[in-house]
Amino acid sequence: MELDAENNSTVVIKPPISSIGIIGWMKENLFSSPFNAILTIIIVSVLWFSVIPFLKWALIDSSWLPDSNCRGTGGACWSIITSNYKIILFGFYPQHILWRPITAICILVSLLFVSRNRNYWNALLGYAWLFSLVIMGLLLKGGLVGLESVEIEKWGGIILTLLLSVFGLTAAYPMGIILALGRQSKMPVIKTFCIFYIELIRGVPLISLLFMSSVVFPLFLPEGVSINGILRAQIAIILFTAAYIAEVVRGGLQGMNKGQFEAADSIGLNYIQTMRLIILPQALKIVIPPSVSVLISAFKDTSLVVIIGLYDLLKTTQTTLSEPKWMGFSSEAYIFIALIYFVCCFFMSTYSRKLEKELNTDLK
Amino acid sequence: MSKEKAQKTEISSEDIVIKIVGMHKWYGDFHVLKNINLNVKKRERIVVCGPSGSGKSTLIRCINRLEEHQKGQIIVDGIELTKDLKNIEKVRSEVGMVFQHFNLFPHLTIVENLTIGPIWVRKTPKKEAVETAMYYLEKVQIAEQAAKFPGQLSGGQQQRVAIARSLCMKPNIMLFDEATSALDPEMVKEVLDVMISLAQDGMTMVVVTHEMGFAKSVAHRVLFMDEGEIIEENSPDEFFNHPKNDRTKMFLSQILH
Repeated sequence: MELDAENNSTVVIKPPISSIGIIGWMKENLFSSPFNAILTIIIVSVLWFSVIPFLKWALIDSSWLPDSNCRGTGGACWSIITSNYKIILFGFYPQHILWRPITAICILVSLLFVSRNRNYWNALLGYAWLFSLVIMGLLLKGGLVGLESVEIEKWGGIILTLLLSVFGLTAAYPMGIILALGRQSKMPVIKTFCIFYIELIRGVPLISLLFMSSVVFPLFLPEGVSINGILRAQIAIILFTAAYIAEVVRGGLQGMNKGQFEAADSIGLNYIQTMRLIILPQALKIVIPPSVSVLISAFKDTSLVVIIGLYDLLKTTQTTLSEPKWMGFSSEAYIFIALIYFVCCFFMSTYSRKLEKELNTDLK
Repeated sequence: MSKEKAQKTEISSEDIVIKIVGMHKWYGDFHVLKNINLNVKKRERIVVCGPSGSGKSTLIRCINRLEEHQKGQIIVDGIELTKDLKNIEKVRSEVGMVFQHFNLFPHLTIVENLTIGPIWVRKTPKKEAVETAMYYLEKVQIAEQAAKFPGQLSGGQQQRVAIARSLCMKPNIMLFDEATSALDPEMVKEVLDVMISLAQDGMTMVVVTHEMGFAKSVAHRVLFMDEGEIIEENSPDEFFNHPKNDRTKMFLSQILH
């Protein structure tokens, strides 16, 4: 039988051994010409002399145990993280009730994960968000139902970073859309206002807006009235990000085919319906990649609140580093928070790709 | 203006549904439409033809105010088109329009394309709107595509969906703006067939087209436009066999080979 099969089947000619398998792949991709071969050798040796020592530093020679004396070890001192993670992550939030911010963050993260799936986007999820916001606020602030009250000034670290970015981004996005629509408006007053606003905000660095909000703005408030510093920074971030979102969205609106407006007009939809049902769903889809870029950079820009003395993730890390015991171990600390920022940004960017794929109706 | 000339027997009513009196339109300094006078009666079918740039598309786009006229009057179904948005929206919901490039909403399924008008403009309950949509999709013979997106359909199918979308609003008047010009040749017929069956149902139609066969067999009246003016207005027989105007003769000799 086997013999028969072999005799009857057409002879399969295998490719020469040198063009398949690992050797073939290497030959084709790494050593296809003398120049490429030299490049390969250079890059491999650079990697060899940088990655190996780094791994040795980070993993093998490193010290991990909290409160161990790092001065003696030759490698990374991760003890700075294990000893101080409470301060780095939560700032001056009272350490005996850290379960409260941890629970709040868990609620937030799980809600974000549920909201990833567009099938769950319904009224129930909306109520879940509203309800959870109240719960999270209660958990953080306390003062009710037997929870110890915590001053807002004590919120720090990742709590503050998430607060500023989640609220900042969710408020800035719709505001940016409204500004973009306003800039396209036929009503001259609204149009002028929106252009003025967008150009003014875009012409100013975020740092100066944060300074304005913390130093200049309070001068204009009537005596006795004071607005919390975190809230002022929050508003500055929202105002700033909205202007950038507005310009991105405007790009999407201008990319829309005029026929879509005409078709919507011709079946009698009014302006709001046309925008909500026809134009924005398409325009926003086009601008997913640039808007996510804006959102990611806005997320990272929240670290600028260091400048006005708010204790976000970056500031709490610096505080730890200023302790004499941990001086000189800044690389470890900054690698740690860089990882946190990276995870969040990576989440946003993969989500945007997923959303783009789901919304693509052209090639199903 | 000779309105009575080309009446086929089925038009009994004297109701005028579109009345255009002394209408002018400019794009900047460019005079696109010059002194247009036109009455369209109920159930009448009018074909507008003419060389490109003659203003024929602009004319029918004025009828549902996708373009604004600057002088004269346009009265549709007894409502004069002015700056009043309420009136404009009312007229638009009574007048269906089919575009050269279909202009379906690509992010919505076929059936959503058809129900969006009834649901949001007419406040029809969703279930009823879907039933109406399926009825008209059946009528344009495309019901099996209801759940697909426009991008998955051929040009001819998309244009039939676009016609069904207009019909779902139960319009009194249908405007066709070169509905077959962007189609591949083999798809022209399926769209024309739908238009002919609409004509047989007694729909009032104003059709801008280069399909002279359609004009001959379906129109009550043919208008010929050139340089923003209605130059000749005649019954299809007279228009094609004994054109009066020199420019009409020249146009016909070019188009009929």
